[in-house]
Amino acid sequence: MRLVVFGWGNESRGDDALGPLLLRRVEAAGFAGVTAVEDYQLQVEHALDLDDADMALFIDAARNAAAPFAFSEISAKADAGYTTHALAPEAVLEVFKHLRKREPPPSFLLAVRGEGFELGAELSEPAKLGLEAAWGFVGGLLKEPDAEAWRRACSRGR
Amino acid sequence: MSALETAAAPQTLRRIAIEPVSRVEGHGKVTLLLDDQNRVHQARLHIVEFRGFEAFIEGRPYWEVPITVQRLCGICPVSHLLAASKAMDLIAGYETLTPTAEKLRRLLHYGQMIQSHALHFFHLASPDLLLGFDSEVGKRNIVGVAEQFPELAKQGVMTRKFGQEIIRSIIGKRIHGTGCIPGGMNKPLALADRDTLRSAIDGIVDWSRQAVGLVRKLHETDPAFYGSFGESRANMMGLVDSRGGLDLYHGTLRAKSADGETIFDQVDYASYRELLREEIKPWSYMKFPHIRSLGPDEGWYRVGPLARVQVADRLPSQQAEQERQGFLAVGAGKPIHGALFFHWARMIEMLHCAELARDLLDDPGILGTDLMADKGAPREEAVGVIEAPRGTLFHHYKVGANDLITYCNLIVSTTNNNQAMNEAVRAVADQFFDGREITEGLLNHIEVAIRAYDPCLSCATHALGQMPLEVELRSASGELLSKRRRG
Repeated sequence: MRLVVFGWGNESRGDDALGPLLLRRVEAAGFAGVTAVEDYQLQVEHALDLDDADMALFIDAARNAAAPFAFSEISAKADAGYTTHALAPEAVLEVFKHLRKREPPPSFLLAVRGEGFELGAELSEPAKLGLEAAWGFVGGLLKEPDAEAWRRACSRGR
Repeated sequence: MSALETAAAPQTLRRIAIEPVSRVEGHGKVTLLLDDQNRVHQARLHIVEFRGFEAFIEGRPYWEVPITVQRLCGICPVSHLLAASKAMDLIAGYETLTPTAEKLRRLLHYGQMIQSHALHFFHLASPDLLLGFDSEVGKRNIVGVAEQFPELAKQGVMTRKFGQEIIRSIIGKRIHGTGCIPGGMNKPLALADRDTLRSAIDGIVDWSRQAVGLVRKLHETDPAFYGSFGESRANMMGLVDSRGGLDLYHGTLRAKSADGETIFDQVDYASYRELLREEIKPWSYMKFPHIRSLGPDEGWYRVGPLARVQVADRLPSQQAEQERQGFLAVGAGKPIHGALFFHWARMIEMLHCAELARDLLDDPGILGTDLMADKGAPREEAVGVIEAPRGTLFHHYKVGANDLITYCNLIVSTTNNNQAMNEAVRAVADQFFDGREITEGLLNHIEVAIRAYDPCLSCATHALGQMPLEVELRSASGELLSKRRRG
């Protein structure tokens, strides 16, 4: 099983650091078959990182997510969210579809709730708690990188 | 002041706000004040986020700054890295880099230019240009382009990826790279990385040349429209080398008037404060720089691709210079000022950078290991300037006795273009809006003009759920009459 994990955000903007911080824990834990991809933002070239993946996990801070985090399966979608300098994860999957002429691998989004995103701000207290909760959840997921198991994790109501 | 900058009686007019401007980094808002006959009386591009970049930098050790500034912007971190590194070279006492270190930094810069220009054209601008300003909004995006022009979309992704690979090869990561340090570079280019990049560069040069041809053909389909869209006559500024050729990494400042007359030339950028003044306006957080000698009304200027290819006497790259001559021929000896010409100029620059990158990859010196210069006397103050993808980027620092930054002033490309973008908005409002029913397609015309400048209002914050587009229509009394949202 080859799993690519994307974590993105700007560490110097408060809770926007949640994605990179969680990704680094994933990297440090050394799960077999896991490729970690960190960036400021998702962009079109990240579709190419899906080339050899059997599954994908996207981790980001989210202002509107349920606290402490929300976990859901996502699919390719040509929504307008990517009409900025940054793409939504669903749009990355859509770009992959068009580039490679095949369906992207099963993909999931872990959205960790963030509260503040000011330049120079530290991680907020709720985000620190969310990071710990999300790490506990992700650690469990990565021990069992199986799409069906992850779908059941979605349905557990997070 | 422009005729449409401030209305005579704004309280009697309807207000339309486009907020935020989509496909523009950061948060921007356009407001149009219309009377009952939909005639435009005021048009402004506002920057609604206060960035506080300078305060973020002050108080940090100078050697940290090249890394820290990369977090100012998620789109062009390498530009900030290079401008800050140039300043910190001087602060630390390094007047001149070793030949290898300069070649590596230049290659890094060209990689950044390639990826940024590719992203802009193929993924931000081409939906408007190839599918039409008034095309279905749900399809007017890169996926829509991929459906109708799959090969072009693929080339765009691969070109951007190539630029990113140059960056990764030189500074280790696509982000948070640590290759540049005061006085030089901290690791040589690996032979395997050089060979990998060299094997792909001819294809990138070829795609870049095709991209120039594509934009040229688009202009040829309707020269009058492409020539006049968002046209605003502006002074132009950029870096040039000692012979007047374009130099994106290092040079002196040159400015020309809208008619092409030289305003200043071969000026050391360390004295930028003697040339430029930053004005504050009450309705925008972003400053409005202008050329001091001309004053705020006449001295505002344009930077970036459209300015650079016209300020310079030549491009030191064969194919790109040939394309530039074809571009300049459109103006028949006069400078070109239409906003959509930015795209043509941008693709010429992408070709230019691809050619220069190829030449550096062919140069055995790029594999050298003489990475650190000899150290001289340190300075307490220094300025670093480069031509970033969007235009001239100034970094100015002062350092205290304890090596901490005591002063920081940044003039980013988008700030340099603030007034020029406002003028483009007004030109479009004047050209297309007066007396017409406001439609989504019409509003997109405004955005097309702004996007031509590729503004980076910067933040790199993007948390999920951000960046919708809202359009509000308000009565003269401020009452909300209707509201549209997309995204």
